[in-house]
Amino acid sequence: MSDLLLLVPFAALVVLNLLPKAARRVAPEVAFLLLALETIVAVAHPFGLLDESLFSSLQTALGFNLVLDNLSVVLLVCAGLAGMAALLVARFTVRDAGDRFTLANLVLVALVGINGIAMVRDLFALYVFIEVTAVATFILITLRRGHDALEGVWKYLVLSAVASVLLLSSIALFLLSAGGVTLAEVGTALGAPTAVTWIAVALFLAGLFIKGGLVPFHGWLPDAYTAASAPVSIFMAGVVTKASGIFALVRISQLALGNALPAREVFLVVGGVTAVAGAFLALGQSNMKRMLAYSSVSQIGYIVLALGGDPALGVVAAAFHFFNHAVSKSQLFANAAAIEQELGTLDMDRMGGIAARMPVTGATAAVGSLSIAGLPPLAGFWSKLLIVLALWKAGEVGFAILAILTSLVTLAYFLSLQRRVFFGKTLPEWANVREARAGLLVPAAALALITVGVGLVFPLVLRVLLGGGA
Amino acid sequence: MTWFTALLVVMVLAALWASMTSLLLRAAIALALTSAMLAVVMYALGATLAAILELSVCAGLISVVFVSVISLTERRSFKELVLDRKARLRRVWPLPLLLLALGIGLSFVRAPVQIVAPAAPGEDVRTVLWTLRHADLFGQILILLAGVFGVLVLFKREEQDDD
Amino acid sequence: MTIEIPQSFWLYFVFFALLALEGLFCLLATRNFLRVLIGVEILMKSVTFLLIVAGFLSGRMALAQAMVITVIVIEVVVVVVFAGVILGFFRRHDSLDTRNARRMKG
Repeated sequence: MSDLLLLVPFAALVVLNLLPKAARRVAPEVAFLLLALETIVAVAHPFGLLDESLFSSLQTALGFNLVLDNLSVVLLVCAGLAGMAALLVARFTVRDAGDRFTLANLVLVALVGINGIAMVRDLFALYVFIEVTAVATFILITLRRGHDALEGVWKYLVLSAVASVLLLSSIALFLLSAGGVTLAEVGTALGAPTAVTWIAVALFLAGLFIKGGLVPFHGWLPDAYTAASAPVSIFMAGVVTKASGIFALVRISQLALGNALPAREVFLVVGGVTAVAGAFLALGQSNMKRMLAYSSVSQIGYIVLALGGDPALGVVAAAFHFFNHAVSKSQLFANAAAIEQELGTLDMDRMGGIAARMPVTGATAAVGSLSIAGLPPLAGFWSKLLIVLALWKAGEVGFAILAILTSLVTLAYFLSLQRRVFFGKTLPEWANVREARAGLLVPAAALALITVGVGLVFPLVLRVLLGGGA
Repeated sequence: MTWFTALLVVMVLAALWASMTSLLLRAAIALALTSAMLAVVMYALGATLAAILELSVCAGLISVVFVSVISLTERRSFKELVLDRKARLRRVWPLPLLLLALGIGLSFVRAPVQIVAPAAPGEDVRTVLWTLRHADLFGQILILLAGVFGVLVLFKREEQDDD
Repeated sequence: MTIEIPQSFWLYFVFFALLALEGLFCLLATRNFLRVLIGVEILMKSVTFLLIVAGFLSGRMALAQAMVITVIVIEVVVVVVFAGVILGFFRRHDSLDTRNARRMKG
């Protein structure tokens, strides 16, 4: 089963590119179907609904060495949801059919990368799939013509390259001190850390922090998110950045690899600083996507902060917040896409009273904003609560209070967004604005429903996440 | 100093030249030289296949890419090139000093490094690559695919300029 | 003629550090897009060197070589993407000055 998650999108890529031009027009639909399939398979997996013994011979033949556990499932579902939202939005915002074809193909490449990240058990293979996802994302950003896309991708390119160098140096040092780069061998080495192991860990964390957009390495993120086209922003904010950076951190924490080292303290400090800085930086933004980008930085900080808390609870909290952020951020960027499409601008200072003209967008944006800000009974409230509990349980009272206070700042900037964009009197400039086309609203509505649904059915979700590791 | 250490020194000097020279074309050639020296070092250490790839791809293919980009973007007069040399020197003069400082500083480090015991010998890189690292090979194919799309997107001539 | 290959980790580490510093310096101390790319390339060379050294000293040259081969393939693709973006900037602004990439504020 795990191998299929890599092979099927790849097969689709090969087939799509061998077909004659006329048949290629269905590429986005094919990609959408594969993403839907992946989401369904991923959700069904922990409940043991699929007979996976059929694929065991494939597994021995291919020898990819992949493991599909509950944590992998979280990432896979996020990838599926964010990808589907992106493709749906692309159908209406990307005019050129050729661009839509390229976008669908690159999303499939990135999907293989993300699936790989979710399932590998080897640091070098992790690096390879992170790079696959990164290169696909670089091209996706440049699909939008214009200066901003080039500037956004340039910063991402340079910082990503530096991060790759850090990751590879770490791998080399692990080769020296652990004799190999599989998670098992690394874990053994971390049990008895030497100076070289310490340096290797530090380098690895630094590399992942850069890829994940944590402070002070977040510089590339707002530019890349704002400059990318609507579907690409959804995909990046929803899953790509988190998969490339912090997923590995959650995995490492889940396998309790860093216990002999002060990894928890590092997560607390870096996560805390990122959560706070991201929130405050979001306050002063007037471009809607840029504010959402800084909000993403802040939420990524929260996920890392969770890893600094109680080991078992922290991983669950981090994974849950990972999922919630993927759902809500994708939805908010989909809202931004609708607004950009209908208003032609993302400058919030020029907007006002849009809720009257675009009720669905307004309602779903409210759901997404309040969920991330942590209002009950939405899903975001539960994951934030879990984070605070994980910190409390580990005795990190100061950081728990910090998490709560930063939630207030989060609420502040989201209320600012709502007030500026949706509430108030409709400005004459926007008197004739219509709601976005139904197709553009479907992803936002569906994701908002998931947010509400998960919030109401939280105990079940918790059971899946606590279902265990490898 | 053994001839091997001399190789390492030449490699570092070539990279220094690449960083400090004012002419981009010379920098590209210096980079190719650094790659070539690295390839020789790798060969001396026993990494034959990797050395061949490093030489042909990095010293060869990447240099071709550099030279193409440089030729497509070069449009300065000779006077500008001369002025540029002085400006470049003003910007990069700290580098040799920093290198010396780092080199001398690090040579005082004497911490023992525990290297893991060598594995059972006799494994050939070809065996490892083709039997154990399938995921990596798969990743390579994917990244090449993404690269092809990249070339199609980035190198196509744009008709309109929207900003 | 016998080639005497050193076995000392710190000797190799010094050369790795020197290369890495050169790459980083080249990347930072410039206003030219192409030099940034050269800096990135030198950094990749330094890490390729470190990987081979790690393989040599730990006796796992097969694994190290396999990794380096993959890294080189990835490196090529990344360089091509960089080159494409640089060309994009050049076509738009007729210059290789990185100050053209500072427009987005905040």
